[in-house]
Amino acid sequence: MISPYLEITGLKKSYGLKPVLRGVNLTLEAGQRMALLGANGAGKTTLLRILAGLTKPGAGKVRIGRLDLAHDAQQARLQVGFVSHTPYLYEELTALENLIFFGRMYAITAVKERAQFMLERVGLAKKANERANALSRGQAQRLSLARALLHSPRLLLLDEPDSGLDEAGIVLLEELLDEHLGCGGTTLFTTHNLERAAHMSDCIALLSRGRVVYTQASSVLEAGSMSEVYRKYLEAVP
Amino acid sequence: MIFFSQVLAILWKDIRCELRSRQTWMGMGMFALLVLVIFNFAFDLRADNKAAIAPGALWVAFVFASLLGLGRTIAAERERGSMDRLLLCPVDRKAIYLAKLLGNLLFIGVVELVALPVFAALFNIPLFGAFLPIVLLGTIGIAAIGTLFSAMAAATSARELLLPLLVFPLIVPVVIGAVRATGSLMAPSFNEPPWLGLIAAFDVIFLSASMLMFEFVIEE
Repeated sequence: MISPYLEITGLKKSYGLKPVLRGVNLTLEAGQRMALLGANGAGKTTLLRILAGLTKPGAGKVRIGRLDLAHDAQQARLQVGFVSHTPYLYEELTALENLIFFGRMYAITAVKERAQFMLERVGLAKKANERANALSRGQAQRLSLARALLHSPRLLLLDEPDSGLDEAGIVLLEELLDEHLGCGGTTLFTTHNLERAAHMSDCIALLSRGRVVYTQASSVLEAGSMSEVYRKYLEAVP
Repeated sequence: MIFFSQVLAILWKDIRCELRSRQTWMGMGMFALLVLVIFNFAFDLRADNKAAIAPGALWVAFVFASLLGLGRTIAAERERGSMDRLLLCPVDRKAIYLAKLLGNLLFIGVVELVALPVFAALFNIPLFGAFLPIVLLGTIGIAAIGTLFSAMAAATSARELLLPLLVFPLIVPVVIGAVRATGSLMAPSFNEPPWLGLIAAFDVIFLSASMLMFEFVIEE
């Protein structure tokens, strides 16, 4: 039996006395794309931060590939690319300098060429020498996407990656995810756009009050039934 | 090898960001000069009390100016969220500490280079070459502790208040050693403890402990 690429077991997290994740169990096969849906405060961002190694869980286990995140965090980080709804760039550095810096953090060889390639790929080649604080919100988000893909991660974690992107940006995002999938990459993303979630994923998971309450293959869900499912399951949770 | 290239990359990034924003250096430098000028006017400096007052004034200026810069070391990156992006990378946390420490040493060092001639002119004290090891070792001690605690304070909302409260008690041995070593340079006296050796010993202890603890401080 082939073990899943991403395996989350009994994941719990509290901030102070407030539980945010109450035992999340989720698996993702290699090459799968999962949309993680849920209302604000459901725990989506916390879950992604734990998977990225930015937040330590209170209990539970995360396996990425064959790596246990608790014990092989550094190795696991090499496999993960993360995009959040806010780009968080070094504003005083240019777009190219930002990518070169992060490329060095991942010890990428021929880092300048790779950074230039990624800038071109996300349509920012002409903005290479502009400082990040001079970029528009959408351009900064594109740069953030380029940064996440710079080291060719096997697992892509995207927290509302469509934030700030215009239509062309959304198309680019879909292309990049397709390319990532083509390379055998696995993707877990959150969004509040249900149509986009169905369109861009192989399966969806609904997170409510810190628990996964529903998982289903996107192909099974009929067009337009997403919002019905979303409402039904989120309202059903006490 | 990767460790040192990552240290250099983070240091290069910090220097470049600071040169472009000029947020820290200017403030630190101005503060140090102001403190020296105020002390110069506040005290009745005579030839017989100069060696007792001047070292204290110099190190108060250095310590307070350093704290201004140390407070921004991690806080600025935390506020912007870019520290999270750095922590996402497979970088040894010791490399981040070392880079931040070297950056702080550089920033404080530049301020000291500007402040020392002003100090010499205001207090009418000739600059000796022997100042250099005292300033260097004292600054390493302040920066080693300050870098660690700036990471701790940056995670709190009251960071401006917390950082001095955490750092001042711990740097007392270094500051006392530096003040006394500077004083004995101006007015040599017998039976003085080996202040420079004491500062060096504190530096080694603080550096080692900070390197080991940084990982637990910077990560959630």
